[in-house]
Amino acid sequence: MKFTKTLAAAAAMGFALTGVANADSHGETVQAGFIYVGPVGDLGWSYQHDQGRQAVEAEFGDMVETSFVESVPEGADAERVMSQMARSGVDIIFTTSFGYMDPTIAAAESFPDVRFEHATGYKRVENVSTYSARFYEGRYVIGEIAGAMTKSNKIGYIASFPIPEVVRGINAAYLAAKSVNPDVEFKVVWVYTWFDPGKEADAANALIEQGVDVIMQHTDSPAAMTIAEEKGIYAFGQATDMSNFGPTAQLTAIIDDWNPYYIERVKAVMDGTWESTDTWHGIADGMVAFAPMSDAMPADVAARAEATIAAIAAGEFHPFTGPLNKQDGSVWLAEGEVADDGTLAGMNFYVEGVDGELPN
Amino acid sequence: MLRLEQRPQPSKTMLYITPILAVLATMVLGGALFLAMGINPFDAIYLLFIDPFTDSYNLSQLFVKASPLILIAMGLSIGFRAGVWNIGAEGQFIMGAISGGAVGLALWGSTGWWILPLMAVAAALGGALWAMIPAVLKIRFNANEILVSLMLVYVAENLLAQMVQGVLRNPEGMGFPESRNLARNEPTALPDVFDPLGIDAGGVVMLVLLAAAFFLLQKHAMGFQIKLTGESPRAARFAGVKPGVIIAVCLGISGAAAGLAGLFELTGAAGKLTIDFPVGYGFTAIIVAFLGRLNPVGILLAGVVLAGTYIGGENAQFALKLPAAAVTVFQGMMLFFLLGFEILINYRVRRVVR
Repeated sequence: MKFTKTLAAAAAMGFALTGVANADSHGETVQAGFIYVGPVGDLGWSYQHDQGRQAVEAEFGDMVETSFVESVPEGADAERVMSQMARSGVDIIFTTSFGYMDPTIAAAESFPDVRFEHATGYKRVENVSTYSARFYEGRYVIGEIAGAMTKSNKIGYIASFPIPEVVRGINAAYLAAKSVNPDVEFKVVWVYTWFDPGKEADAANALIEQGVDVIMQHTDSPAAMTIAEEKGIYAFGQATDMSNFGPTAQLTAIIDDWNPYYIERVKAVMDGTWESTDTWHGIADGMVAFAPMSDAMPADVAARAEATIAAIAAGEFHPFTGPLNKQDGSVWLAEGEVADDGTLAGMNFYVEGVDGELPN
Repeated sequence: MLRLEQRPQPSKTMLYITPILAVLATMVLGGALFLAMGINPFDAIYLLFIDPFTDSYNLSQLFVKASPLILIAMGLSIGFRAGVWNIGAEGQFIMGAISGGAVGLALWGSTGWWILPLMAVAAALGGALWAMIPAVLKIRFNANEILVSLMLVYVAENLLAQMVQGVLRNPEGMGFPESRNLARNEPTALPDVFDPLGIDAGGVVMLVLLAAAFFLLQKHAMGFQIKLTGESPRAARFAGVKPGVIIAVCLGISGAAAGLAGLFELTGAAGKLTIDFPVGYGFTAIIVAFLGRLNPVGILLAGVVLAGTYIGGENAQFALKLPAAAVTVFQGMMLFFLLGFEILINYRVRRVVR
């Protein structure tokens, strides 16, 4: 026992000596913390948020110090990690997954001087902002491409959790595919995970066996892209450019570009102008971007995609424009009516024509 | 050269020294790993092993994390002593949270001190009944309880997904698949008992049950039968022990303990049922049970040490920019050394001159 005590003391001393350098790192620099649901090496969602963190470092250099914790489960552990980060003296914490919502609010109550930024949630308090991207705009664009590119008229969709964010994506993609190909059919597989390459690959294989020849995904790993490349079908990159995994399979990718937003919010902390806001940016603000269109796409398909991107960016076109019915046949939007953000934010129904039931 | 030689008797000294040896070996090898990564090994080891036990906030979080592990491991260890291998504690944990949570949600709006105890009873029953499925299949058809209990974890996970999208969904939650927050509702929230140490009502129940397990195994006839069944099933049968009873009791106790742990997690740290409510306590508890040598006191220590490395690991990530994978390697190293050094209990190292 005595031996372990001595060792503990030695270790403590080692820490004390180097700890001094860590302790006085406050002062003028702003410290920004990031919490990721997956590993930064997921090459998807968390990777892209970490690109944003690196962009903040590149922008502000010595004036900022960043840190992150990866693979934090969305349950009870999240609040502890946030609290510990707050206690270590960070000024602003980005919590980058929907499931961090209640933990973020709870941590924000305990640390009123720390500013929090919660991605994709809907609860705000004085020191919690929310932000998200209008991914459904991107989904509409790739839906059009998928509808044009499918030969079997069957499009596969690997879905994570039946939350409004994901349902909105399925609806947008379906409406778009249907608009260019009336015979199109969607096959949705729910995998109940954001990141599990094994499950995602299984889902991709199952879809291909059902005759699907274009795959979309709302999960974070490039597993499905790898399978698509192997089997010689098409797929779309999710969150980031996945062409390394599917050089011929990737038609394009929806890219989540958090860089400008993260830079803007850290700047606000530096300037003392930060306040709680709700941001929902889309193609127009650059938060939703695209990887280059693949050469496999006929020129007219690529041109239509570019035209749709331009129309959404200019505000001339909204993916959810009436007349639209819900899956049960009831009227949702009248002719020319555009969906309001409130309904979109809580979307828990399929639009007319989508097969299958929402898990309920 | 060195040779391993069997000891006439398992060494008592080694039984207690090997865990310490394992921790020291992990510190040395882990330190070398951190050094190779360009991270100060003293800082890293301090954060992983010592900081969780010295800082008051970390200490309070330590028990929040350790309590469910210890409670589940305690239940499992009783079965493991009898050779009843319940690998599905994660499923029983989920079923306990669903059953207890459902009671709390059904009584939403009522008040009274009796609500939380009622939820606890429902949770223990839910967990125990879920564990009765492998028990009955084992007793009636000799089905392998390892496989059945493990497969039922996935059934429980899917049932949870159905529940939070269906009947247990928060009606004011904008359609998101999650229940109301039970930790933010006075009658269903787990009260703190000793705040500075993070010991809540669940922690107190855990300690009481741990003491009961100790009594059961050391003093009670049933404890003797359980140990006898594990050590020599034939002798147990001759002594009149009914194997069916032992299987049912062991699975029942471990299921009830896991179910209770699920409820405490739900009404305490987690607050609400969501699809990713289970984070693997049921599986990690198997490690805790064996680290603690299937002994109640050992399990208490093992649970605290393992929880400490989790909490220290999170801190080390942002304080030292240590990747999450390095922390996992470090934890794996500790288990590896622990199991590896176990050979010293039954064998000793001899130098042989040729």
